[in-house]
Amino acid sequence: MNIILKVEDLHKRYGREEVLKGVSFEVQKGETKVIIGPSGTGKSTMLRCINQLTPPDKGRIWLDGVEVTHPKTNINTVRAQIGFVFQDFNLFTHLTALDNVRLGLLKVKKLVKERATEVAVEELRRVGLADKTEAYPAELSGGQQQRVSIARALAMDPKVILFDEPTSALDPELIGEVLTVMIDLAKSGMTMVVVSHEMGFARSVADEIIFMEHGVIVEQGSPQQLFSHPQHPRTGEFLHKITELYGETG
Amino acid sequence: MHHLVFEWSWLPQLAQGLTITLEITATCIAIGIVLGLLLAIGRVYGKHIFYWLSSAYVQFFRGTPILVQLFTIYYGLPSWGVRLSPFISGVLALGLNTAAYQAEYFRGAIQAIRAGQMLAARSIGMTLPQAIRYVILPQALRLVIPPWSNELILMLKYSSIVYMVTVMDLMGVAMTITSRNFRYLEVFIVVALMYLALVLIISRLLRMLERKVRIPGLGVERR
Amino acid sequence: MRERGAACPSPSWSKEGELKIEGLITVGRSLPDLLGATLINIELFLALILLGFLVGIIIALLQVYGGGFWSALASAWEWFFRGVPALVLLVLFFYGSSEFGLSLAPFTAAALALGFRSSGYQSQIFRGAIQSIPPGQMMAARSVGLSRLQAIANIILPQALRLAIPAWSNEFSSVIKDTTLAYAVGVNGVLRHARYIMVRHYELAMLAYITVALVFLLLTYGGNWLLGLVERRLALPGFQMKGGRGQEALSR
Repeated sequence: MNIILKVEDLHKRYGREEVLKGVSFEVQKGETKVIIGPSGTGKSTMLRCINQLTPPDKGRIWLDGVEVTHPKTNINTVRAQIGFVFQDFNLFTHLTALDNVRLGLLKVKKLVKERATEVAVEELRRVGLADKTEAYPAELSGGQQQRVSIARALAMDPKVILFDEPTSALDPELIGEVLTVMIDLAKSGMTMVVVSHEMGFARSVADEIIFMEHGVIVEQGSPQQLFSHPQHPRTGEFLHKITELYGETG
Repeated sequence: MHHLVFEWSWLPQLAQGLTITLEITATCIAIGIVLGLLLAIGRVYGKHIFYWLSSAYVQFFRGTPILVQLFTIYYGLPSWGVRLSPFISGVLALGLNTAAYQAEYFRGAIQAIRAGQMLAARSIGMTLPQAIRYVILPQALRLVIPPWSNELILMLKYSSIVYMVTVMDLMGVAMTITSRNFRYLEVFIVVALMYLALVLIISRLLRMLERKVRIPGLGVERR
Repeated sequence: MRERGAACPSPSWSKEGELKIEGLITVGRSLPDLLGATLINIELFLALILLGFLVGIIIALLQVYGGGFWSALASAWEWFFRGVPALVLLVLFFYGSSEFGLSLAPFTAAALALGFRSSGYQSQIFRGAIQSIPPGQMMAARSVGLSRLQAIANIILPQALRLAIPAWSNEFSSVIKDTTLAYAVGVNGVLRHARYIMVRHYELAMLAYITVALVFLLLTYGGNWLLGLVERRLALPGFQMKGGRGQEALSR
């Protein structure tokens, strides 16, 4: 039992609307957790609360024993240990793929240039883009950009990587290449929390699936449990609808 | 209309004035960049007091005429006990003025950069100053080149006002020459042509600069 | 009696305090003159903006619709009047005109010089506005039987002028401030007034110039507010300049 990430009673309110109404869960080392649920139910907000890009109103978070939400914790140090992959990729537009991956190594982890380059090239190779080191984001396809984004997160050697709907902004034919990278990652033992609509991915790779709706966790369990014997009626409804819409993928 | 006469002896004097004009322009632009960037960052990322101070500054210097600003410094300050030389007064007034406009251009450029860039920078553990320095500014500085180029050329032309506080720039030299020979038309047509030539050359240089630092995909509006 | 700082009873008794109150009174008394001087700046502004408007539209139309020669001439005009500093133009028109046998009053020379200069900037604004009108508008107008001139007057210009309002208000702010430059050729505007005070009461120089600055702050913000009203009044639903003018340079 090695808990890498622990989230306890997260609450977040936007104006009058409470988007997170007390969310708690734990992630063990090497686990792949997939979070599913209808749009706008706070899934992305919750991910952003974990690395404090959106500070929660209430609740506590621990990363490998260190309390992230504690006022005395250096948030930048923590963020360097949490990888984050955005729906919109958010690659640094003014930098090549190599520089995108290298920037964090040079400026945050303060590696020497040679070592940083070594690591960056290796991560790009790992996501299948060894030949695109000198390309600018505008010159890459959406799928390639997202893979660079994953390489950027990986390069920091994080304890956990958070994926915020990584394939939602991609054209259908490009989704596969990103999912492949994510599946390899999961198999290699990386701890991952993924918010996604990709049911095929969830089914085949997730160790546990969490179903969220209206700011609370409705049900969580292994893929077999949720898909075959959902406990909560809403879970069944949602899965049925999603599988209809997206079909079986992966 | 009598015969227009042009004397070559004017040229060296005018050239001397031209150098002063360029000096003044370059210096005031430099002040403008530094101060303008600070003001812009204050307006975009600053909390409360920095935001209000920057905003007040920008509103004041953009809302009042540049000549009034010059006179306030050159004639007004001495009544408070501060006496600055004509050159310094000129450069200071021009610099403070252009800083307010450059602040707006920088602010526009910074805000044109998508919020995701800052999020991504913070998500890998960069501090706010690091994010501004390595991610936001490199992009903003490229985006700002077109309006900034315009500002440079504008300041080149407005620098002529310093002759009114006895600085011997191109305008000042020309006024001195004409006060003696009264050949206003000839001298000032030449002066006009000199300014036009300067504007042309600098525009060309700035376009080359823009091409040189261009990055594919940067500067395209992605709203 | 040198002041003793905080020990002094009330400010109006200390020498410095006396000066301050007196200063405010002097400046206050000169307010009517200040207003008169401001009026001259405003008059100059109206004259030159009108001249710039009329000439600017002609230049813009020549550039867009004129043949090769006229278009080139118009472009040269725009290039010249935008590229030459305002002060140089002022001197050329005021002093230079005597070599043509003309004796222009400072106000007239300033109105012409700054007016033509504004026409250069305004023509650029109108040209942009005209060119952003879809070509279909002209085609439709001609196909209904309107002559080129009629089409321009009835279809193109009304739309172009509305589209131009935001950019035009930029020009407005810039020009109202540039009227101060006319001081260089002797126009009796606010700067002349400030100098008048300064020459007689040297210690009031700062106060005088700050007052002028405040007057202009009022003029520029008041003017912008007015233009905002005009824009709202003239707005047509769904009518906006496509493609933001976000990064366009702000006029002085």
